[in-house]
Amino acid sequence: MIAVALWSVAVLLALAPAGVVLSTVPRGPIILYGGCLMATSALCVTALSDLLYVPHLTQSAILPIGLPWLGAHFRLDALSAFFLVVVNLGGVAASLFALGYGRHEESPGRVLPFYPAYLAAMNVVVLANDAFSFLVAWEFMSLTSWAMVVSHHREAENVRAGYVYLLMASFGTLTLLLAFGLLASGAGYDFDAIRASHPSAALTGMAAILALLGAGSKAGLVPLHAWLPLAHPAAPSHVSGLMSGVMTKVAVYGFVRIVFDLLPEPMWWWSMVVLLVGGPTSTLGVLYALMQRDIKRVLAYSTIENIGIIFTGLGLALAFKAEGLDWVAALAFTAAMLHVFNHALFKSLLFFGAGAVLGATGERDMEKLGGLIHRMPKTAVAVLVGCVAISALPPFNGFVSEWLTFQAILLSPQLSSWGLKLVIPAVGGLLALAAAFAAACFVKLYGVSFLGRPRSDAAASAHETDRFSLSAMLMLAAFCLVAGILPGLFIDALAPVSKNMVGNVMPHQVGLQWLTIVPIAKSRSSYNGLLVFVFVALCGTAAASAIHRFASDRLRRAPAWDCGYPDPNPTIQYSASSFSQPIRRVFGSVIFAAREIGEMPPPSSPLPARFRIELRDLIWDELYAPIAIVIGFATERINILQFLSIRRYLTLVFVALIVLLLVVAL
Amino acid sequence: MNTLRDILSQGAQMSLVLGLAPLLTGFVRKVKARLLRRRGPPLLQPYRDLIRLMRKDVVLADNASWLFRVIPYLMFAGTWVAASLVPTFGNGLLFSWTADLIAIIALLGSARFFQALAGMDVGTAFGGIGSSREVMIASLAEPAMLITVFSVAMIAGSTQLSYVAEFMGSDAVGLRVSLGMAFVALTIVALAENARIPVDNPATHLELTMVHEAMVLEYSGRHLALIDLSSQLKLLLYVSLIACVFLPWGTATADASVARLFSGALLYFGKLTVLGFLLAVFETSIAKMRVFRIPEFLGAALMLALLATLLRFVSGSL
Repeated sequence: MIAVALWSVAVLLALAPAGVVLSTVPRGPIILYGGCLMATSALCVTALSDLLYVPHLTQSAILPIGLPWLGAHFRLDALSAFFLVVVNLGGVAASLFALGYGRHEESPGRVLPFYPAYLAAMNVVVLANDAFSFLVAWEFMSLTSWAMVVSHHREAENVRAGYVYLLMASFGTLTLLLAFGLLASGAGYDFDAIRASHPSAALTGMAAILALLGAGSKAGLVPLHAWLPLAHPAAPSHVSGLMSGVMTKVAVYGFVRIVFDLLPEPMWWWSMVVLLVGGPTSTLGVLYALMQRDIKRVLAYSTIENIGIIFTGLGLALAFKAEGLDWVAALAFTAAMLHVFNHALFKSLLFFGAGAVLGATGERDMEKLGGLIHRMPKTAVAVLVGCVAISALPPFNGFVSEWLTFQAILLSPQLSSWGLKLVIPAVGGLLALAAAFAAACFVKLYGVSFLGRPRSDAAASAHETDRFSLSAMLMLAAFCLVAGILPGLFIDALAPVSKNMVGNVMPHQVGLQWLTIVPIAKSRSSYNGLLVFVFVALCGTAAASAIHRFASDRLRRAPAWDCGYPDPNPTIQYSASSFSQPIRRVFGSVIFAAREIGEMPPPSSPLPARFRIELRDLIWDELYAPIAIVIGFATERINILQFLSIRRYLTLVFVALIVLLLVVAL
Repeated sequence: MNTLRDILSQGAQMSLVLGLAPLLTGFVRKVKARLLRRRGPPLLQPYRDLIRLMRKDVVLADNASWLFRVIPYLMFAGTWVAASLVPTFGNGLLFSWTADLIAIIALLGSARFFQALAGMDVGTAFGGIGSSREVMIASLAEPAMLITVFSVAMIAGSTQLSYVAEFMGSDAVGLRVSLGMAFVALTIVALAENARIPVDNPATHLELTMVHEAMVLEYSGRHLALIDLSSQLKLLLYVSLIACVFLPWGTATADASVARLFSGALLYFGKLTVLGFLLAVFETSIAKMRVFRIPEFLGAALMLALLATLLRFVSGSL
């Protein structure tokens, strides 16, 4: 029901100016976040019921706003409905979390007005059915999130993050504008008209690449990712969760909408480009994450990894669709969409966990944390679920979507193009590497910050977070488990989306024996998360009760053994950087030009010995820095124009006029 | 009748792997000792060790969390479930469709994830060193394993272990270059995953050279017994996996008679003996590597597996 959706968006938009007033009253944040919670719940429920119960869903609406000859077109189809569910599930969780967390905000006036506007903008992007509304909403989404990124503007780091973010967001919008410009040349800005038009092959190819650049820069594809790990952690944690968990998905939506829906049949080389970007993005993203010690930055880099996995799935879907194997394309596409949903769940959960830790200790640096499982037991459980899920381990949800992606990769020898035949196994290898690194990365995140002994007084005196934040996290954790053990329900719900986008669906899953999922045929592969979960739980409890009953259940507490030399100093523990040292030595010396520098003073000197690690972001140094230098050089040259005399300005205007007239005349 | 037989066969499999796992470890230890001209502990020593450990008190470090106490059971359950899904004497396992080969590897990955967390829980330096090296080894071994699975699965047209084993036992396979490469890769991965020489030393007590033992240093009593039993199960799992994919002869099919199941079981014991003997010979004839040589060793497995997969993409018959 598109009317309900648009009215809810209107409520969110109305809450934005109200936020200015509400930020000055004591209970204001609660009213505002409560309002956002209700509006997003309404949107989520509407979209979900439409997705599940309305066959052949397409509802349109035209509002008399925007360009006078165009109006604002909105459309709710299966793809929009699915992304509305993702966006608003994230919105519900973030608003619930913020009911507790938002009370700690030092300057609510810098967050409250932008938060509902940001939610509204993301919803409008998903609902828009013409290029103008799409781009306006897209830019609005970037600007409102930028405002919240720089909300703690006294920290120089955040201001820099905001600056880089603004630049990259403008770049992304520019490329999308060009993409729509190319598509609209023969048809106009209405998406329905673009769908009906038949642009030339060269034009669609260019539009597809521009869409990849535009959506990829917002989603964080390497090498356009540089802003993401700066901007996402800088915002307040519930907004970080939304930016990482949800806004990157809106970017994925933009890509899917343009490439799978607006453009005609894909060509095989598009998929080649997408795969060559997606595979390395997944591995590089998680390797970056492994090298960090700031919790929120680890999570931001891991978002890049997951975006890589999603784009790999989309690339596979494009490849199969281009070769007419649309039943495999449906598998790859469903895997990508399932990962969109899963990642929105566990990444929001983990960012909320980081927010809870930040609220309880004031620390984001893992090397100052430790032992939080004793002081924040419930948060620790929720974050543990998130860590297992994001590491793609059964029986949680992350595993299912990666497993489906692997199943699609295993079918790729059927492709006829030689380029793809050589690239896809390599991409499969990169995905496998990324999965293994992700496990290492989250062992580190959880092990260093939640296990062990506290490394600072703040960590030692932490308290459990409030009930609203806890309920948001536990809700997401429960979803992670349910989506992991009953994946068939979610795959079936995605059937209309895949039908619309790739023209085929995966086999119907619900109703198979024991709720197993069988993506292709039973003789090929099957997985049953429910039974794995039940078997592991049964075997574990059986072992525990048998041993306690027949052998021994006695337990004694004593100081740690530690080979006979326990050291009470908590700095003796492995820290975040020492944990990643082996991987840094193996992979980092090439990828990050990592160097370990030990400075040992001469024997008589009283100076302390120092050890430091140097990591370089080669993409930043080799790609962005030269571009910045070129732009700086050019602007400096053009700067002369600012200080001319009136006579010279007039000459300049005259010359420009003559040149333009000549161009027009010729 | 059929259902009953399936349930019996699955139950037999579950108890068989649990019962055999310590014996295999004892056998490998015995052969290693004989090769070194020692007498060695009796074959049944691992069982006695397990029973003794289970009867002892658990001595828990003061700041160990609840997670530390739960993890041994989780690891044991995960490994046991994984091990009972790999065909041993017969293919027709009742629940074989619960998890395919990728899921079995991921299940072992879950067990390892929790084990590495346990190493970090007490907050000692040894636990950390073990965990950090374990994840470094796993970050190469796991992809190598997955890509090996890819190459085998593409040849067999299935990731479902029962179907793979059945296909490998049929005449359609023949000698293939890619299978040879996959075999070498899988062997290297199996050595690394089971903490065998040259990657790790299961018998060492020199703290700085060990990986697995450093992680479980703080465990005692029944917890340690469960962890030992899970590593023994894991060894059995990998040996059975190699046997069922690369030496598939004699494995009973889904609808085999009881006599065939029996002969399948006998052949399975034979395969275990041969592979266990080879493992012992290999371990005594090679020295342990430095930690930072391991990535090269595992990198070789990764490259071989990738090459095997690429060959399969290039030609259907290689």
